[in-house]
Amino acid sequence: MAVRKLSELRNRERGIIVRITGTGRFRQRLMEMGFVPGAEIIVEKYAPLKDPIEYVLKGYHVSLRHEEAERVLVRGAEEEEKED
Amino acid sequence: MAKTLTIALAGNPNSGKTTIFNNLTGGHQKVGNWPGVTVEKKEGTATHNDYTIRVVDLPGTYSLTAYSQEEIIARNHIINEKPDLVVDVIDASNLERNLYLASQLIDLGVKLVFALNMIDVAQARGQIIEHEQLSLLMGVPCIPTVGSKNEGTRELLEAIIRVAEDRESITRHIHIDYGRELEGEIATLQGSIRAAQPSMDEHHARWMGIKLLENDEEVNKAIEKKPRTKVVLNQLKHSTEHLQKILGDDPETLIADRRYGFIHGALTETLRHTRKDRRYFSDRVDTVLTNRLLGFPIFIFFIWAMFQLTFNLGSYPMAWIDAGVGLLAQFVGGLMGEGLLKGLIVDGIISGVGGVAVFLPNIFILFFCIALFEDTGYMARAAFIMDKIMHTLGLHGKSFIPMIMGFGCNVPAIMATRVLESRRDRILTMLINPLISCSGRLPIYVLIAGALFGARAGNVIFSIYLIGIAMAILMGQIFKRTLFRGEIAPFVLELPPYRMPTLRGTLIHMWERGSIFIKKMGGVILVGSIVVWALSSFPQTVDYSRDYEAQKGRIHEEYAVVIQGAEQEQAATLAEEKDRKIAEVETLRKREFQEKSLLGRLGKGIAPVLRPLGFDWRAGVALLTGFVAKEIVVSTFGVLYQVGGEAGEESESLRAAISKNMTPLVGYAFMIFVLAYTPCVATVAVIRRESGSWGWTGFAVGYGIALAWILAFLIYQGGMLLGLG
Repeated sequence: MAVRKLSELRNRERGIIVRITGTGRFRQRLMEMGFVPGAEIIVEKYAPLKDPIEYVLKGYHVSLRHEEAERVLVRGAEEEEKED
Repeated sequence: MAKTLTIALAGNPNSGKTTIFNNLTGGHQKVGNWPGVTVEKKEGTATHNDYTIRVVDLPGTYSLTAYSQEEIIARNHIINEKPDLVVDVIDASNLERNLYLASQLIDLGVKLVFALNMIDVAQARGQIIEHEQLSLLMGVPCIPTVGSKNEGTRELLEAIIRVAEDRESITRHIHIDYGRELEGEIATLQGSIRAAQPSMDEHHARWMGIKLLENDEEVNKAIEKKPRTKVVLNQLKHSTEHLQKILGDDPETLIADRRYGFIHGALTETLRHTRKDRRYFSDRVDTVLTNRLLGFPIFIFFIWAMFQLTFNLGSYPMAWIDAGVGLLAQFVGGLMGEGLLKGLIVDGIISGVGGVAVFLPNIFILFFCIALFEDTGYMARAAFIMDKIMHTLGLHGKSFIPMIMGFGCNVPAIMATRVLESRRDRILTMLINPLISCSGRLPIYVLIAGALFGARAGNVIFSIYLIGIAMAILMGQIFKRTLFRGEIAPFVLELPPYRMPTLRGTLIHMWERGSIFIKKMGGVILVGSIVVWALSSFPQTVDYSRDYEAQKGRIHEEYAVVIQGAEQEQAATLAEEKDRKIAEVETLRKREFQEKSLLGRLGKGIAPVLRPLGFDWRAGVALLTGFVAKEIVVSTFGVLYQVGGEAGEESESLRAAISKNMTPLVGYAFMIFVLAYTPCVATVAVIRRESGSWGWTGFAVGYGIALAWILAFLIYQGGMLLGLG
């Protein structure tokens, strides 16, 4: 299955979080904010200057910088449904 | 007998914790700082039945890890101060993420009450929460509240008392199930911790075990300090390796994952969505406010409006305060005889403190606007829009507000750094903010550029502002690469739904911050004003080169004779002439006094340092008085260049004197020096206050002076080489 970086998702595209690369504070912060494996994430919109990016996750809105979204790995949401 | 309770209020940012706090305490609160840090601490008291309840507001956090100052404060307060119970304020319309903190509080094993706040928003969004069922699953009473309408406050207070008195039937300590493998390791760790410290209760030992697996630095340090730690730490190493091997991930991830699993399980039984459409009103507002094309114009409009309100609307009460201070000085001066005490009180204390009191309207209006931005949720969007630009300067999106406010006044601008969460961002913003040229420096530019550059004055002044911005960017880059290396706080910014703020809430918010300014800054400014007053009025007796009093007496006598012999009309003109001549002599006397006062001697003392910049000793004295406030520089020039009466930046005689004594090159170097060095004593006081560190304050002052000197040196010497002098 194709694993991509969250930063590669286009507007309104959905993904399922697979893993967060990196360590320490960043990774912990993201996980407590709900970026846990299996969570569905939707690209809500890009900021006017294309960075940061707004996502919808667990029913709330959160934004990440492009360089941070690169550290979140996702797979396509459709593949999840096929597997089930 | 009256009974007392102490409770702590925990909750996520944007959960409406502040409104619940205000509802419980009726807005009566004490604002201060947590010991040793500049994180705001609020306390208040609630009364219910025969209970007096002390409410401590913990910093808003998403979690209780040891990664941020706020989280450590919140956690240590709960563990060390042992409040009777903790109320977790939960945003009911964002349950899943908010329950993460709740799950950590459950692990801590403290008595809990959950306030399901903004339950009306959740309902409007079609989210039906079975709060009684949720209470049973969590083992914690969940009380629906609507903070903005003060609904549920009574029920919340009753639940607090029931839990505190151990009368609540729902309350039970649950274990979040972390799964067989993790639970095994947690139990082993718990065992070895208790073997090392038999006095520790089992809940706390379990919590420590979980935290150790989460790789928590603070708990790790705490364990290291205790006896027989080797066993525990060896066990930890073994457990971590074991889990990594069989589950293929580090325990930190597994625990976070399990917590969300527990929450998900609880919510499938208690939360129903009645609406398919998950696009809400807030999202539609946002498509306009953060629109690709409209986002920036709207943002610029809001900032413009805030700027206008702060400095234009604020100028009216400013003028009143200024006039009031003037009247007070006159009145007090009239009551007292000439002398040192009068000088101290009128010229030192009243005009010094009054000079800062005039900023109060600015500060309160600014904080009202900022509170409005924060309470509506727009602040997060402003950061979202601006982050790309500010990030290239090494700053956070939210730093934009303090930077733009700096053009008005650096004092409220530096106070506005409170919108920033990370200390690194705050200090960095404080350090470069003084380079943004405030309105107090403008009169100096107008005077000098007007005197020396004629029709090109406007362009010259504009170039100074641009150099200020360029320097701010440059210094930001340098500091980012030298002083603030290391891990940058993750941006990860929540964009909360737009909310209608309440006037009361916004006013309380404004007052909290404004009152800190009044309370804490007064002292520093008082001392600063007295010092400068003393420097400029001692030594009391000066050896004058001429007898000014005799000169005045002679003028008096001469005119007395002439006036007596003149007709009535002429006499009035002559009397005016006499007064003018006496004033001229008085100005000469003042000038000599200034020159021979401690301040004047200091000015002459530093003259050698300023000579490479082309400045004479008068410029030195003007720069010294500029430490108090930049507005004073112009009037100091007035005194030093013997211009009588009110010397403003538009004064023709003062301009003439400047153009005689400065070349355009020196004038430009002088303006650049004014741009870069310490704006005023109030700015120094506010940097001290907001950074909580004399070290950073000293650094801010020191690097400002160094930068000012270097820039002025380059301009003057470079200009001389190019033959511009």
